Amino acid sequence: MSPVLQVENLVLGYERYDAVKGISLLVHAGSVVTLIGANGAGKTTTLRGLSGLVRARSGRILFNGDNITALPAYQIARSGITQVPEGRQIYAGMSISENLALGAYMETNKARVAQRREHVLSLFPRLRERLGQSAGLLSGGEQQMLAMGMALMADPKLLLLDEPSMGLAPLFIEEIFRIIATLKQEGRTILLVEQNASAALEIADYAYVLEDGHLSLEGPAADIAQNPKVAAAYLGM
Amino acid sequence: MLGQQLLNGVVLGAVYALFALGFTLIFGVLGVINLTYGFYFSAGAFLALYFTQGLGISMMLALLLAGIVTGGIAVILDGLLLTPLRRAKAPELASLMVTLGATLFLYSLMSAYFGTDIRRLPPKVFTNVGFNWLGLHIETSQLLILVTMVVIVSGLGWLTQRTRMGLAIRALAENGTAAQLAGINAGAVTRIVSFLSGGIGGLAGVLIGMNYNAIEPYMGEQMMLKGFAVVIMGGLGNIRGALVAGLMLGVLETLTAGYIGSSLKDAVGFGLAVLTLWVRPVGLFGRATIKRA
Repeated sequence: MSPVLQVENLVLGYERYDAVKGISLLVHAGSVVTLIGANGAGKTTTLRGLSGLVRARSGRILFNGDNITALPAYQIARSGITQVPEGRQIYAGMSISENLALGAYMETNKARVAQRREHVLSLFPRLRERLGQSAGLLSGGEQQMLAMGMALMADPKLLLLDEPSMGLAPLFIEEIFRIIATLKQEGRTILLVEQNASAALEIADYAYVLEDGHLSLEGPAADIAQNPKVAAAYLGM
Repeated sequence: MLGQQLLNGVVLGAVYALFALGFTLIFGVLGVINLTYGFYFSAGAFLALYFTQGLGISMMLALLLAGIVTGGIAVILDGLLLTPLRRAKAPELASLMVTLGATLFLYSLMSAYFGTDIRRLPPKVFTNVGFNWLGLHIETSQLLILVTMVVIVSGLGWLTQRTRMGLAIRALAENGTAAQLAGINAGAVTRIVSFLSGGIGGLAGVLIGMNYNAIEPYMGEQMMLKGFAVVIMGGLGNIRGALVAGLMLGVLETLTAGYIGSSLKDAVGFGLAVLTLWVRPVGLFGRATIKRA
């Protein structure tokens, strides 16, 4: 089967500096793929490149066989890739209900939007209790849940999660990974970027290790977790 | 006497409010202080002059057309001046300097072409003597000002609160990154907002030209100062604040001119703006966005 996402020799950078120096990776339908690595290795830049927030300097990004390398972010979103960016990008001044509505901005069928909303609220029951509340008043963990809920409102064909557990209390981290496991069971295709390598490797099918803008290792997540180098560098063993 | 002063003040305030509305809309959604805004005001007035005097079109239609054309000019100027800066993620000061330079250039161009003499709308615009009601006299032009303001304000309210496009506009105002990731075309929304604000600025120019029956190239520059006073009082980016502060300024200016002396009229707005900054820097109606880090 052809992959949902195929990245070939992608180079990304800011000004005179290349943060991602030619990486190639595949994501197959229904799988959870994780990209792990240290701070500053280029994980977030990679996701921003895939969603169009950072322009590719060279290389190709194929999504379901279509070349989306040069598309602007909003068109990539419309093609079915939704990114949950790092740092809880929500609309702080709007209600939770409006935030969810904006997540489904691309869908004009009201029945479908209502259906997705019901599903999202069943995944995140905390949000249901505060639909009318201003999103800026939610706690950090709740904001992360809202950000994920907004992304699911788009019903993406590929979900890009950028450090969903960053800066959260342990209880929330557990809950976030439980939700990701549920999404995996639903058959969603996910590319997960995480600093919390052990949790990410536990949930993923396949893993890539990013080191200073290059991929240094790849393989089934279980094998990567056993790799002594990875264990020493990222799992604290 | 007082009633008539209040009425005239409300009419003047309606124009201030309308002008400030477009200005605050640009800042609220696009996050820039666009100094070319005053130019749309002058351009609107001159366009109305051309439409009524040159082409013999009715005032109503001239008002509408002037708004559409200035809206179009605003889209073009934003595309030429600010889109490249957005792409380069230039600092805010850059957009301030670029729009300042462009405005000075446009004003000089206008005064070179039209001269700096005060021009007047053709008399037929004012043929109707107006209405008397409860001892108050209201000119047709004043009525047109009030009606335009009510239509624009309610139209803008409906657009931003009740439509899908409004949702996209508010999303861009709140969080541009999230908006793009949700599939919102930020460039298109920017053009829509530029059109709306440029159009509103142009309409305000036509209306003030009618209210005072005086049109000259630098009228937008003077209005810009009032606009600043109003948005400072109302809170930068705050639509409701711009409306209330605009009306307030109009009434206070008129009362000052009527009971104290017209030389003090212009001092009122700036005095209030400075006072606002001392007492409540976010504006009388502004509130810092509710955010929990």
